[in-house]
Amino acid sequence: MSESAIDQHVGQPYKYGWSTDIESELAPIGLNEDTIRLISEKKSEPAWMLEWRLKAYRKWLRMTEPDWANVTYDPIDYQAIHYYAAPKQQKTLESLDEVDPKLLETFEKLGIPLGEQKRLAGVAVDAVFDSVSVATTFKEELKKYGVIFLPISEAIQEHPDLVRKYIGSVVPATDNFFAALNSAVFTDGSFVYVPKGVKCPLELSTYFRINALSTGQFERTLIIADDDSHVSYMEGCSAPMRDENQLHAAVVELVAHENAQIKYSTIQNWYPGDEEGKGGIYNFVTKRGRCMGNNSKISWTQVETGSAITWKYPSCILEGDNSIGEFYSVAVTNNRQQADTGTKMIHIGENTRSTIISKGISAGVSQNTYRGQVKIMKGAQNARNYSQCDSMLVGDQCGAHTFPYIDVRNPSAIMEHEATTSKVGEDQIFYCKQRGIPEEDAVSLIVNGFCKEVFRELPMEFAVEATRLLAVSLEGSVG
Amino acid sequence: MLQVNDLQAGIEGTEILKGLDLVVNPGEVHAIMGPNGSGKSTFAQVLAGHPGYEVSGGTVTFDGQDLLEMEADERARAGVFLAFQYPVAIRGITNAYFLQSAINAARKDKGLEELDTLDFAELLEKKLEDIGWDDSLIHRAVNDGFSGGEKKRNEILQLAMLEPKLAILDETDSGLDIDAVKDVAAAVERFRSPQRSFIVVTHYERILNYFTPDFVHVLAGGKIVMSGDMKLALELEEKGYDWITEAAAV
Repeated sequence: MSESAIDQHVGQPYKYGWSTDIESELAPIGLNEDTIRLISEKKSEPAWMLEWRLKAYRKWLRMTEPDWANVTYDPIDYQAIHYYAAPKQQKTLESLDEVDPKLLETFEKLGIPLGEQKRLAGVAVDAVFDSVSVATTFKEELKKYGVIFLPISEAIQEHPDLVRKYIGSVVPATDNFFAALNSAVFTDGSFVYVPKGVKCPLELSTYFRINALSTGQFERTLIIADDDSHVSYMEGCSAPMRDENQLHAAVVELVAHENAQIKYSTIQNWYPGDEEGKGGIYNFVTKRGRCMGNNSKISWTQVETGSAITWKYPSCILEGDNSIGEFYSVAVTNNRQQADTGTKMIHIGENTRSTIISKGISAGVSQNTYRGQVKIMKGAQNARNYSQCDSMLVGDQCGAHTFPYIDVRNPSAIMEHEATTSKVGEDQIFYCKQRGIPEEDAVSLIVNGFCKEVFRELPMEFAVEATRLLAVSLEGSVG
Repeated sequence: MLQVNDLQAGIEGTEILKGLDLVVNPGEVHAIMGPNGSGKSTFAQVLAGHPGYEVSGGTVTFDGQDLLEMEADERARAGVFLAFQYPVAIRGITNAYFLQSAINAARKDKGLEELDTLDFAELLEKKLEDIGWDDSLIHRAVNDGFSGGEKKRNEILQLAMLEPKLAILDETDSGLDIDAVKDVAAAVERFRSPQRSFIVVTHYERILNYFTPDFVHVLAGGKIVMSGDMKLALELEEKGYDWITEAAAV
């Protein structure tokens, strides 16, 4: 019974697969220095930014795509992508009223109302559609606290010194193949600066939407928390169902100064492709945070349910003494999805601590890999790490893999690593059903219980969404 | 309430139940005893609808409905409850949340409004007071790290909350732990009512020291080979099973 039920249920339709019919302005297909000049011009960038991009591009040309991840895909034709796509609209918008109603509708349909009346209470949103930010809410309100929350393209113009100081300071332009590509062609993303001593009064959030055909999305996010400041940032994303694979190569850089705390939460729900593995987003992302100051803290929480392929390792560089890095992850793969995700915790300062809680759930014929590195440098006296990697298998045709790398160069380090693999058992489901709980609800219950340690790290607004999303992603994948 | 006719069932091609007949009327307590491997546990699992067992013949009617046609969760919501011999753990889900989900699933089926957390907590508190138990199990994850006795008590708590029409207690091995046996027996006595029937499956007659069933059946070779009352249980205690199985030539 279970086998047929698995087959029967796998393939829950993707809810965000519709596309918006809107005229786009596209850069000519393909990538060369002119493409980069065009992007830079479109964004009215200063000369140094263009130079930075070109330098990254020239380096990228000599780099090779990484092949060490536990994923397989056909070679990507980097000349078959539009590197810039923007919905056509009048120049310089003064207010939301001037935004194309189709765009507002798009985000509303995604559950991200941008209009004054319906804005999400307590959450400031930056909405990015293909290569441009279409709206940022609560910008003015945040300004009163000195918090800068802008599309990065605007920040480059309005706060060039800040951007110039920090961009590439955590993920260098030539850090890796995809980061270099992003550095060359990034189009939008969010910029956040929280000044000294300010606890950001709102949750900051960016919603990324890929819409146009044959485009890639290359967003770049930069968050700086100055001394004694706190900020919580959330990102969400989705894309239409397309037969082709679309590339999403983002870079996120976080900088936490002394006593600062950054909490970064992601719900990644890019289109995962269909049951046969046709289409879907390639999500090749470099995310890294630098705990520069003493007693600083960076916490990554991610719920990864989408994308055909995920290649992503949100990391922390713990430079400041007593700094803390955290990584809480739920990665779900179904059908033919592949995920190779994890984290890196680099301990440099004294008394630095890191926690890794990773929950991988594989269903269908998917492959789910945790890859994590914990490195204790020589000077990192009394460093501590706790890692827990749990895998859950749904059905018997999927795979779960764990690759922990541990590199300790200071004998005072204390490392703990726990790993488990379990199956959503027929017995568990039967137990729930025997209490009257329908099968679908039973699976959702069991999986949610498995992910609980991660979900409780999510901001309220996201926790509900994550629970729901998980139920949808796995709906009926068990018999 | 429950009518089992000529039930044949097995697992992975091996027939275990070979024509089992049983009638349970409302309010009756039936003890099903028998030697190891006679099919007692299988019978309990088949009634509850475990997907691992195949039914190859016979009928089971519950409250006029064809039980064998129903999914396990439908059977549960219709009022069939199985207290598991080895209840499984569900990490990260508290007993309270689990019970609330179960109760709301049943309420939804009956067209009743689902209970919110507060209403549910009130109901639960009242129930615990009735049984005289504290709430120490309630906020722990379902059966996660529970001792044998705690698991047993948790099953009984679920029984109390879900108020089934037919409770099947699979106690095949629990004779090993005398406290657990007492807990189960006490539960039968406490929740016995003219509307609720029990089937207690057990290998050890010891449990019958703590409650008195209306009927005692001996299951051997996949069939009920002898039925009686408490006297039969006492006889079994004295003589063991061999004389019956030999007489029945199974």
